[in-house]
Amino acid sequence: MSDKHKQVAYYPGCALEGTGHAYNRSTKEVGKALGLDLVELKNWNCCGAMEVKNIDPKLQTYLSARNLSIADAMGFDTVMAPCNGCYHNLKKAEYDLAKDPPSREVTDRLSRKAGHATYEAGKVTTIHALDWIKESVGEQGLKARVKNSLKGLKVANYYGCMYTRPRHIFPEKDKGPGSESTSKPHFMDDLLAAAGAENVEYPLKTACCGGAHTLSDSDTSTKLVLNLLTTAEACGADVIATECPTCHTGLEMHQVRAEKVFGRKTSVKILYFTQLLGMALGLSARRVGVQENFSDSTGLLRARGLG
Amino acid sequence: MPIHEKSLIRPENLVTHEHLEIDGVDVSGHWSTFITSRAITDYNEQMQEEIAALPGGEFIHRCWQCGSCTNACTINAVNPDFNPRYWIYLIRMGFESELLRDKDIIWQCVSCNKCTYACPRDVSPEGVMKATAHWLELKGYTEKKPSTAFDEVFSEQVFATGKIEEGRVLRQFFARTGQSLSQGWLVELIRSLASRLPVGLLVKLGLASVIRPRTRGWRGASLAIDEYVRECEAAARKALRLDVQGAE
Repeated sequence: MSDKHKQVAYYPGCALEGTGHAYNRSTKEVGKALGLDLVELKNWNCCGAMEVKNIDPKLQTYLSARNLSIADAMGFDTVMAPCNGCYHNLKKAEYDLAKDPPSREVTDRLSRKAGHATYEAGKVTTIHALDWIKESVGEQGLKARVKNSLKGLKVANYYGCMYTRPRHIFPEKDKGPGSESTSKPHFMDDLLAAAGAENVEYPLKTACCGGAHTLSDSDTSTKLVLNLLTTAEACGADVIATECPTCHTGLEMHQVRAEKVFGRKTSVKILYFTQLLGMALGLSARRVGVQENFSDSTGLLRARGLG
Repeated sequence: MPIHEKSLIRPENLVTHEHLEIDGVDVSGHWSTFITSRAITDYNEQMQEEIAALPGGEFIHRCWQCGSCTNACTINAVNPDFNPRYWIYLIRMGFESELLRDKDIIWQCVSCNKCTYACPRDVSPEGVMKATAHWLELKGYTEKKPSTAFDEVFSEQVFATGKIEEGRVLRQFFARTGQSLSQGWLVELIRSLASRLPVGLLVKLGLASVIRPRTRGWRGASLAIDEYVRECEAAARKALRLDVQGAE
């Protein structure tokens, strides 16, 4: 294990200040429990999420590049983004600025006009919360720190779309043993297994929850989410572990909607992977924000001796 | 066509005969269905060029019609009529009226990028879907779809303040699309949320909806972005030759 990620720049993003608050809280708590230091980016802005690219993709590159330039100005070469959308957009900006001159030109021009430093490609690397824990503490380090094993908890690991697709913006993935895979991601499985969880075989790890159209095409999103929920149940999962606030909120929201609108009730619980890790590290359910989730998992956690 | 997709056989094109004899051969029954021939008289030779000029559509010319995109597609699994491969084919052939039959579902692409991951030719079909949906709106073939309304509500907030506040996005989107906020599932969701969330967080979220979160010193960026967005809009209109309409 390296000390490389002992202290990294932290980019929470808009969702983690709102509906994804529990993810923000549990990420910080897990960091503290593992002796890792997060330094929040000063005066960051929205990365563009899944919406700005539909106005113009280069605009999204600019928005994400501004955040990368802040990390650089603060003296960091690594920025950690737990939100899949933020992580994806910062990675995409890194790629576009290195490979696509028109994107670079627009970013430079907008930065100049806005009156702030432009970003020079290659200075900062974006990592996900999964990389952050895996590379700084690792499975063995995590195992050694478990105070309250997740033993007996059956987990479906759900990665979503933006953590692995499209492949070309994640050059560090698919490098064979030890690296993350874009077709069969396993970092979350690895970490939760180290914390004692029983990971179920879940074929929909990178299926889509319809998050981008969660409000604009709700029926489609509900169908996609219902598929994720019923499959997780069929695979024997008690919990779906998430790593993205859009997926997480979508799963919780459409679980309610599937029952209200389609009359389909499912009882699988939805928790951020950081909440599960935090509880395994001995933190209380309250400390990792379980009460901030829509889906009430207190009964299940109590039954498993957690939180 | 390289792939036989049953969804492409339009039911209204099928002719079934209870009893039909041709040249002394009985061709009645299900297998003897005929697809009426049609002549295409409405080529739009500019269609590929116009869609390629919109953001996301740049690489449509690379498509080899392998069908990997449709095969991987999230929405195709929910609705077999959602067929990126076929639409790319129609655009490249210039079959405008055939494409317009699906004009009201193309916007439903959820940007999961499974197609872009699967595409062996780097077409970026996801981008092509977005470009096509915008093309349909710009040409006036469809009204602004809900996804565009959402993108605009969201982006306007980012451009104005550097950040979004989700409650405001939700309220403005419902207002802009003329939907009521008192939908059963939404009420249920908010009620259960209000009863469960810690008071401190509720106060924080409530305050955020009044005092909008913002990036400090954003004004310069906001002006630069607005100017750039106007440039993009003008370029799109020019590519679709909408800038000269009515100028005769």
